Amino acid sequence: MTLDLLRLSTAGSVDDGKSTLIGRLLYDSKQIFEDQLESVTQASERRGGEGSLDLALLTDGLRAEREQGITIDVAYRYFATPRRRFIIADCPGHRQYTRNMVTGASTADLAVVLLDARRGVLEQSKRHAFISALLGIPKLVVAVNKMDLVEHSQARFEEVVAEFEGFANILRRDGRRAGHQYEIIYIPISALNGDNVVEPSERMGWYDDPAHPTLLDILEQVDVAYDHPHDRPARFPVQWVIRPASDDPASRDYRSYAGQLASGALRRGDEVAVLPGGERTRIAAIDSYEGELEEAVAPMSVAIRLEDELDVSRGELICHPARAPLIARELAADVCWMADRPMRAGGRYLLKQTTRTVTAIVDQIEDLLDVRTLERDPPPAELALNDIGRVRLRTSAPLVFDPYKSNRRTGSFILIDEASNGTVGAGMISDVP
Amino acid sequence: MTVVAHPQLSHLRALESEAIHVMREVAAEFERPVLLFSGGKDSIVLLRLAEKAFRPARFPFPLMHVDTGHNFPEVIEFRDRRVAELGERLIVASVQDSIDAGRVVEEQGPRASRNQLQTVTLLDAIAEHGFDAAFGGARRDEERARAKERMFSFRDDFGQWDPKSQRPELWNLYNGRIKKGENVRVFPISNWTELDVWEYIDQEELEVPSIYFAHVREVFRRDGMLYAWREGTELIDGEEVLSETVRYRTVGDMSCTGGVVSQAATLAEVVTEIAATRITERGETRADDRVTEAAMEDRKKAGYF
Repeated sequence: MTLDLLRLSTAGSVDDGKSTLIGRLLYDSKQIFEDQLESVTQASERRGGEGSLDLALLTDGLRAEREQGITIDVAYRYFATPRRRFIIADCPGHRQYTRNMVTGASTADLAVVLLDARRGVLEQSKRHAFISALLGIPKLVVAVNKMDLVEHSQARFEEVVAEFEGFANILRRDGRRAGHQYEIIYIPISALNGDNVVEPSERMGWYDDPAHPTLLDILEQVDVAYDHPHDRPARFPVQWVIRPASDDPASRDYRSYAGQLASGALRRGDEVAVLPGGERTRIAAIDSYEGELEEAVAPMSVAIRLEDELDVSRGELICHPARAPLIARELAADVCWMADRPMRAGGRYLLKQTTRTVTAIVDQIEDLLDVRTLERDPPPAELALNDIGRVRLRTSAPLVFDPYKSNRRTGSFILIDEASNGTVGAGMISDVP
Repeated sequence: MTVVAHPQLSHLRALESEAIHVMREVAAEFERPVLLFSGGKDSIVLLRLAEKAFRPARFPFPLMHVDTGHNFPEVIEFRDRRVAELGERLIVASVQDSIDAGRVVEEQGPRASRNQLQTVTLLDAIAEHGFDAAFGGARRDEERARAKERMFSFRDDFGQWDPKSQRPELWNLYNGRIKKGENVRVFPISNWTELDVWEYIDQEELEVPSIYFAHVREVFRRDGMLYAWREGTELIDGEEVLSETVRYRTVGDMSCTGGVVSQAATLAEVVTEIAATRITERGETRADDRVTEAAMEDRKKAGYF
């Protein structure tokens, strides 16, 4: 049996039961350990009095979080079922922590947005859904929680779904991705009682979606991003050149290019181009610790030997010549700003994309994205902390990239402030130049 | 070389690939990395990942062990053998040397431990050798402060971790830029669980020190844990030395690492035991985490691994 790996992010407002849901998933899949439960029980009772059990304390790991009862940072949680391994990026729901939500969403294959059945769609829930679509998460699960508080009412569930559908067309437009079908799945649950989380609910017999009987079934069955590598163009950013020391006679002439396939597949004998230079050669061998491979697929880390002696170094990209990415020194991107000091036109930053770091200058801020509506507002003077806007950049050397919509690995970058060395921005390259 | 068929990309292979990517990023972007090798299971996995990332070349960094002087002899014997097999260079930074140099003062009494003292030895060694990045085998499932820590954990000139101002970490783009005197602790197996580590050791047929398997040992019970008794151990009233069949889930300083009663004598039996366990490894075996609710967070803020 082969287990695979699903990375998901959860987001929700403070009170809609996100921590309880995660606690429920961990607890029902027997991933909470006795000593963790004991320590959470003790802490709950210290704060909430005898008999209280606050599962949020399980995910809130920092002293300040437990003291203030808030989640500050993304926490990563792990659980497994016989079918799959899961990594949950649990993101804070506070507005001021948008950057953490973007962080958690950047690696996720699926997002769970939680709604409170009584309150319906809140502004914050919309923002979570929008950010997950903007970050290219192909699957969105809308879990309508606290169904126990609305008498497990089918009518109320359908009302909430209709309310969400009111703006879902925008999500479908922005969430569409090359190679993936964007999908929204609705499910009524009660995290508190466990209905439709791991076990189907007896109290909601009216919900009988055979494809998605429970939330866990959804998580176990959705496609993950790397499921169909052969349909996608091969992208191999060179990370490191492996060249043994010259005193080792056995491997004196050995030279390979190490990296992780960002997408697609490469085979021995394939004709390839090395970008941005454009030299052509063939793959002589694909090396792994276990031996030579006929083929490597994303997201494998391998080392590639080329037939011809080319001068290839870190930051260059190996691909098939017929399905080459774009090369440019000017680009437009949606940038999420993550620093206190705002971004302004004329600003200079280091830009890291795949394995390449260049200097970038902000030519222009073109608009500001309203994350409550996904409308694009007129350009602001600057991008402040947690703002997302379309920005025009010029770089000191050419970038080799795909639009973020077709490739999350080669279409993303971070911006680094050279003075503080902080990561100040996260960028997604636009599909319109 | 042998040609292998198209490999299945299991979750272990996906985690492995992520870790190799992280290690190569560090090799490419830092001038003087080091890999912290304790002889424990997590750092044993790191060594295999380094082989996969850099062979047939040598590792582009040395290995370093922060030696408390209170080690299990089996582990030190294993450590030296493994390093020799790999043909890599090992630096030993010794807590005893820090004590002799007056950098730290030994704790006294029956509960004395050198766990806290390691931090000074580690920071001194990082400064002495000018290391700018240190690989560690910490995992996020171990402990809740660690669940919040980045793959690249930035430390200031004092080695301190500031959990409130961590750099955002997006996609697989790591920001390794630091100023002189600062360093980054890098945790390539952040996303692995204890079970993943054991399944990987099994899959890769890696040797581990014998103390991970059930063996008969002289122990004494304290605070609900079974500690190894050795010459010079101070017992508290009522404690007695008994003979038990135990194994270790973690390899730390003998003074703060407890054993668990177990009959698991083979790798397969250990994997089965870990898959069924209901207690975390640190909760079951580490006194150093039991001091307060935020013991790990506080130690990390002071420069701990």
